[in-house]
Amino acid sequence: MFKYFPHTKADIESMLKTLNISSIDELFKDVPESVIFNSDYDVPSFMSESELRNHFAELSKKNQELTLFSGLGIYDHYQPAVIDAVTSRQEFMTSYTPYQPEISQGTLQYIFEYQSMIQTLTGLEVSNASMYDGTTATAEACFMACAVAKRNKILISSTLNPNTVNVIKTYLKYKELEWDFIAEKDGVVDIEDLKNKLDKDVAGVVVQKPNFYGIIEDYEGFADLIKANKSLFIVNADISTLGVLKSPKEDGADIACGECQSLGMPVAFGGPSLGYLATEKTYVRKMPGRICGYTHDLEGRRAFVLTLQAREQHIRRSKANSNICSNQSLMALFATIYLSLMGKNGLREVNNLSYQGAHYLYEKLLKTKKFTDPFKKPFLKEFTLETNIPKEAIQTALLEKGIFGGIGLDVFGEQYEGLINFSVTEKRTKAEIDNLVNILEGLS
Amino acid sequence: MSKLVEGLYYSKSHEWVKPLEDDVVLVGITDFAQSELGDVVFVDLPEAGETISQEDEFGAVESVKAASDLIAPVSGEILEVNEELVGEPELLNKDPYKNWLLKVKLENTDELGSLLSSEEYEEFIK
Amino acid sequence: MINYNKMIFELSNSERIGYSLPREKFSEFHINQLSDNLLRKKELLLPEVSELDVLRHFTNISIKNFGVENGFYPLGSCTMKYNPKINEEMAANKAFSNLHPLQPTSTTQGALEVYYNLQTYLSELSGLHEFSINPYAGAHGELVGLMVIKAYHEDRGDFKRKKIIIPDSAHGTNPASTVVCGMDVVEIESNELGRVDLKKLKAVLNDEIAGMMLTNPNTLGIFENDICEITKLIHEAGGLMYYDGANLNALLGKVRPGDMGFDVMHINLHKTFSTPHGGGGPGSGPVGVTETLAKYLPNPRIKKLDDYYFVENSSTALGQISSYFGNYLVALRAYTYIRTLGKENLKLVGPYATLNANYISKALRTAYELPIKGYCMHEVVFNGLINKDNDVRTLDIAKRLLDFGMHAPTVYFPLLFPQAIMIEPTETESKETIDDFINVMHKIAIEAKEDPDKLKQAPTKTPIRRTDEVFAAKMMIFSYKDYLEYINNRG
Repeated sequence: MFKYFPHTKADIESMLKTLNISSIDELFKDVPESVIFNSDYDVPSFMSESELRNHFAELSKKNQELTLFSGLGIYDHYQPAVIDAVTSRQEFMTSYTPYQPEISQGTLQYIFEYQSMIQTLTGLEVSNASMYDGTTATAEACFMACAVAKRNKILISSTLNPNTVNVIKTYLKYKELEWDFIAEKDGVVDIEDLKNKLDKDVAGVVVQKPNFYGIIEDYEGFADLIKANKSLFIVNADISTLGVLKSPKEDGADIACGECQSLGMPVAFGGPSLGYLATEKTYVRKMPGRICGYTHDLEGRRAFVLTLQAREQHIRRSKANSNICSNQSLMALFATIYLSLMGKNGLREVNNLSYQGAHYLYEKLLKTKKFTDPFKKPFLKEFTLETNIPKEAIQTALLEKGIFGGIGLDVFGEQYEGLINFSVTEKRTKAEIDNLVNILEGLS
Repeated sequence: MSKLVEGLYYSKSHEWVKPLEDDVVLVGITDFAQSELGDVVFVDLPEAGETISQEDEFGAVESVKAASDLIAPVSGEILEVNEELVGEPELLNKDPYKNWLLKVKLENTDELGSLLSSEEYEEFIK
Repeated sequence: MINYNKMIFELSNSERIGYSLPREKFSEFHINQLSDNLLRKKELLLPEVSELDVLRHFTNISIKNFGVENGFYPLGSCTMKYNPKINEEMAANKAFSNLHPLQPTSTTQGALEVYYNLQTYLSELSGLHEFSINPYAGAHGELVGLMVIKAYHEDRGDFKRKKIIIPDSAHGTNPASTVVCGMDVVEIESNELGRVDLKKLKAVLNDEIAGMMLTNPNTLGIFENDICEITKLIHEAGGLMYYDGANLNALLGKVRPGDMGFDVMHINLHKTFSTPHGGGGPGSGPVGVTETLAKYLPNPRIKKLDDYYFVENSSTALGQISSYFGNYLVALRAYTYIRTLGKENLKLVGPYATLNANYISKALRTAYELPIKGYCMHEVVFNGLINKDNDVRTLDIAKRLLDFGMHAPTVYFPLLFPQAIMIEPTETESKETIDDFINVMHKIAIEAKEDPDKLKQAPTKTPIRRTDEVFAAKMMIFSYKDYLEYINNRG
């Protein structure tokens, strides 16, 4: 016997008898003999729970938990204890997609609340129930723009996180759509280059704020230009920063998308995190993914259901705008609980504390004279500096003290050589920041 | 039993065509189509001035659990779109023959000959 | 508190807070120092509540949900098996969950080892050469697998192969993924036994075929017994075979997709490898390929040299499809599951799942129409009741099951049968649970004859009853803001 299989010998015998057969193998009679796998799998033997715990204890020793001054899309924000307590409830964790609303109101209601929160943060009218991550959400936003505008080219700002750019390029390439880049100027997207490149083929324009360098870009004038060209304006923004920054709606965006990992999720070696996607109702039928709507049951009670399903793959098949099916529902619950706890004041405070820490570190690093700011532009919780100290020396010195930060941006491409990123969240203490500065001060 | 109207032309993709005068026709969906779809919640239509061509998609009708593309039964220029349907798509369930989708100026009246008569269509949906 | 009916926003009181943040340390800086044109003007509509308010709210809505630990969950094609607790304990390990994806590999060897070994185990269990665990979900895996197929043909300079053959019984994701990958669907009709019709398959083969997507056992729970012939035909025509891993649970322990001639596949870790469905995600959809195709797998790749694990970005890869390593903590749960079962117990998964499904098939066919005779694999599809009087539909049967404290099976899929009911019991259910289900299904069949209205009205014992979906689609109330506007307009 094995703990996940309740079949006793007697059960199996009685079931086989019901089926008038003498062994389970007979049920596989349709399978050609030549493809039956009769050997042992070359995987390790089973483990008891305590063996497994020991095994993971050994594996854990090969990982190093570090004090994180790293960001670039994945941030070390505080995670309220309430989140784990609620998200680990089996009613949320083990249930399927809420296709039976009568017994899925828990999931449906938090999706509705999640959509409401994304709505208010982006300012746009409708959010879907979630996307895999910020990069794929942005790629899907590009598809959406092409479907709405009935055109086939996307303009991508050069200040987008290269991870996002790479995923967009893969998606567009295989769908046989086109793209071009808008040049950057002094660390921000260049509006003059945008003007030159907006043509009749452009379906959408994607920008990011805060951008790859951490700079908060100002999109004054962008929406008018883009709309005049009958293209869609796509703003990618770390959702947490929208607690204080101008919303995509205020920027004139038609679609907002990006990463939600900042909302109470662990850094988790990159996943699972959560992507969001929001737009105006005019475009909702071109929006991918599930959408939850408010309604009532036959006794008039408040109820939530998945709606506008005729957009989706299980109905539309080859005519669907996207193939997305499973999303990141449980991670949307993380975000919903986080935002419930924080409210608008908490979210503002998180941003302010991160801003303060980041600016304190920034000033201190400049004072060492070993770092310069090539851009001198406003930033929030992360920033980019230039230095002559080899990035390997920085990394090694910090790692020795259990710190990870000062990522050399050239891991994303040669053009970023000499640039390094620092990120500070509300979790970093003054002692940690001072320590970081001390270590770097001693390098040359 | 699906309702049919004598004197209309029908397509195998469940649209009907009603000649008005000269080369101007109305286009709609059949009672069979609306009953298969169920409660219609959305109708996506092109704009007046655009042209449609026979057997090409020109829009879509959506219910809660299904979506169906609209296939042009004839070719021509769209003179008018029934805007009432945008706000009240359920009109298609109430009376699919009264609530037309498009008024079209035919490019080629011969195309009507390629469509089914009401008897032929009745046989087709059996 | 099953009648609890508040939204979190309705608990709001502007004096309350639910967070505790570090105190200010650097008051010489303030976010207001940012210029005004960068800051938001519009007030946020977020709740302001205490910590206990939040806990009570989410606890109260959670009990309106039905999870695997509530009761039997025979949702066909979804493999709602037990999600082991030890998986969760391991995924909560801070030594893994606190790793930043950009950390140097010298500090993440344990995490990389798990990822790498999971790749290896999945290769062994499926008979394919190499896996990437980056895809986030089954549909994402399909898209990536199709990208591999496209990349392979284009790499050979063959740009006209852009058609993917898909049986009409396939999941909707298959055709959707194909189109998203910039290829066209060639749908082929199934034969009367619900299987691929070889004649019809041969008729569509030509030099424009990039490959074929197949679920085996197919969506009717039937094994494609001509599988060797099918893969041979596709390969001879120059195409590649894609295995949709949605139904892999049936085969675990018995048959490996690679041995059937498949070149590319995805696995839904949230089905076969017991990771929780999470109310619709996060899932994980690793993609496996043959040796020839391995060079196209998406970046970043995790490799091993001697005893050191490292991250590689290859120029032959199809590109990047995720920010980093996919839903890493989901993969870690699947790794835990495989280590828990070990090679011994993994062999029993498919056989036990298949035994359970056939036992149900046998017991219900006296009351429910079984359109395809013979043995099924891990799931069985009925076409409604045998007795079609009283207009009792599959939907009514599904809703009535909820009143008996069981989740409904998948309904109205596959599309081949108008009243389809698809039942998948999985290997983690006992004979007693299955017998209970069988009894309830028979009870419902009797009710359909004697008191059909009871079914039409069902469910009545659930937190809410049937919902008005037309209202939802027409009113388009998608947020609390929309809701407030709706209430105000209604007066």
